[in-house]
Amino acid sequence: MPTATPEAVEARIVEALASFGPDIEQVTREATFEELDIDSLDLVELAQIVEDDYGVELKGDDMKNLKTVGDAIDLVVARAS
Amino acid sequence: MTRRRVVITGVGAVTPLGVGADVLLRRWVAGESGIAAGEGACRDFAAGEHLSKKEIRRSDRFAHLAMVASDEALASAGWDGEKPYASERIGCVLATGIGGLGSLEEQHDVLRDSGAKAVSPLSVPLFMVNAGAAALSMRHGLRGPAYSVGSACAAGSHAIGTAARMIQTGDADAVVTGGAEATLTPLARASFVSAGALSPSGISRPFDARRDGFVMGEGAGILVLEDAERAAERGAPVLGEVRGYASTSDAYHLTATEPEGTYAAAALAAALRDADVAPAQVDYVNAHGTSTELNDASETKALKRVLGEDVARDVPVSSLKSAIGHLLGAAGAVEAIATLLAMRERVLPPTLGLEQPDPELDLDYVPLRARPLQPRGERPIALSNSFGFGGHNVVLCLEGVA
Repeated sequence: MPTATPEAVEARIVEALASFGPDIEQVTREATFEELDIDSLDLVELAQIVEDDYGVELKGDDMKNLKTVGDAIDLVVARAS
Repeated sequence: MTRRRVVITGVGAVTPLGVGADVLLRRWVAGESGIAAGEGACRDFAAGEHLSKKEIRRSDRFAHLAMVASDEALASAGWDGEKPYASERIGCVLATGIGGLGSLEEQHDVLRDSGAKAVSPLSVPLFMVNAGAAALSMRHGLRGPAYSVGSACAAGSHAIGTAARMIQTGDADAVVTGGAEATLTPLARASFVSAGALSPSGISRPFDARRDGFVMGEGAGILVLEDAERAAERGAPVLGEVRGYASTSDAYHLTATEPEGTYAAAALAAALRDADVAPAQVDYVNAHGTSTELNDASETKALKRVLGEDVARDVPVSSLKSAIGHLLGAAGAVEAIATLLAMRERVLPPTLGLEQPDPELDLDYVPLRARPLQPRGERPIALSNSFGFGGHNVVLCLEGVA
């Protein structure tokens, strides 16, 4: 399992979100999921990837409060440490 | 009250002969086959050329094919700008034999290999049978009745008939309809082989003495149906009319057709009655013609029974499956489109591969080469047959343009 450094987590999450639809340049820390047209189904997939890669289990309640890409990165980094 | 008439104002197709409805007819008439290595795959189709990354991820290949065919159909109906009807007055009835089988197989592998937690949340939305209808509704903002119909290889024609009825009863003013299928997958192949339905030779040659089963294909055909009066008011391009529709069931066997074609004949007779068309007015029959021993024999018997021996021998009958294989739930839709275009071009497309006539099958199957179509009346009239596993029989009576 790769180490959950903030840089590694950010790169992985950005890559995953870009594979769901938006162009990779759009996927910045500040970008909101709404702007990126990332919905609840996409976030479930993101949670599966994060769990696979970092062993961090994210529940529906965790995901509900996420508004931006940065929120997701910070949550995963915090949980992984 | 007179029944509302239903016209076809746009068509689109993605088939083993290429992306587009016109290329389908042109290549079929030229005697070209889209079958390679025993399958009719849409080799010229690359979803990424037509759909966004998000649309591709969020739908199965059968819905991809439907979306691309629908873009062409709506554009050819002149619907590419604002829709000519209120969105909740436009329906969508899409056929599929099986649905998103490729996605189902893929996610079943994930379940088996990685466990339940790894299964994609998109699994059911991808493989559910109505996924194609939902995709078209969302892509084009169709907010009238939208659903999928399933009757195996008869579904494409059932969809068109159902869509026509939806307009006739006033439930919608226009309906985007047709069928889509993408089941060139290991499970579908294995299943059809076990059932003894697929051709071991990999050759689709309907009505030929050597026919040994169908060749599986994939693709989509989409038609825009409109209330004839409303279409005329907006000066819509008209490709033809759904004159009649009927369906019956064999209640006989899970996969085999009733050998005498009794209930296929009943559907043919009822479609002619529904259309108010006499057998002698029929200019062309687009056969179900699967290249299986049973279908081609019982279909021939059904045609003779309804049209009468003399008229039946006189009416040209051909099978598109000779050129693209069997598109299952999309077959009836793609065949209706090819029939409409053939009537417009005044051409009788050929049954390819028919080199050794079966002495028992003695109709004019337009073997190998296309011929001119000379309509008996002002407008050509054709029948399009579709029969499905489960004993479903559907017949459409289509009228072409003057």
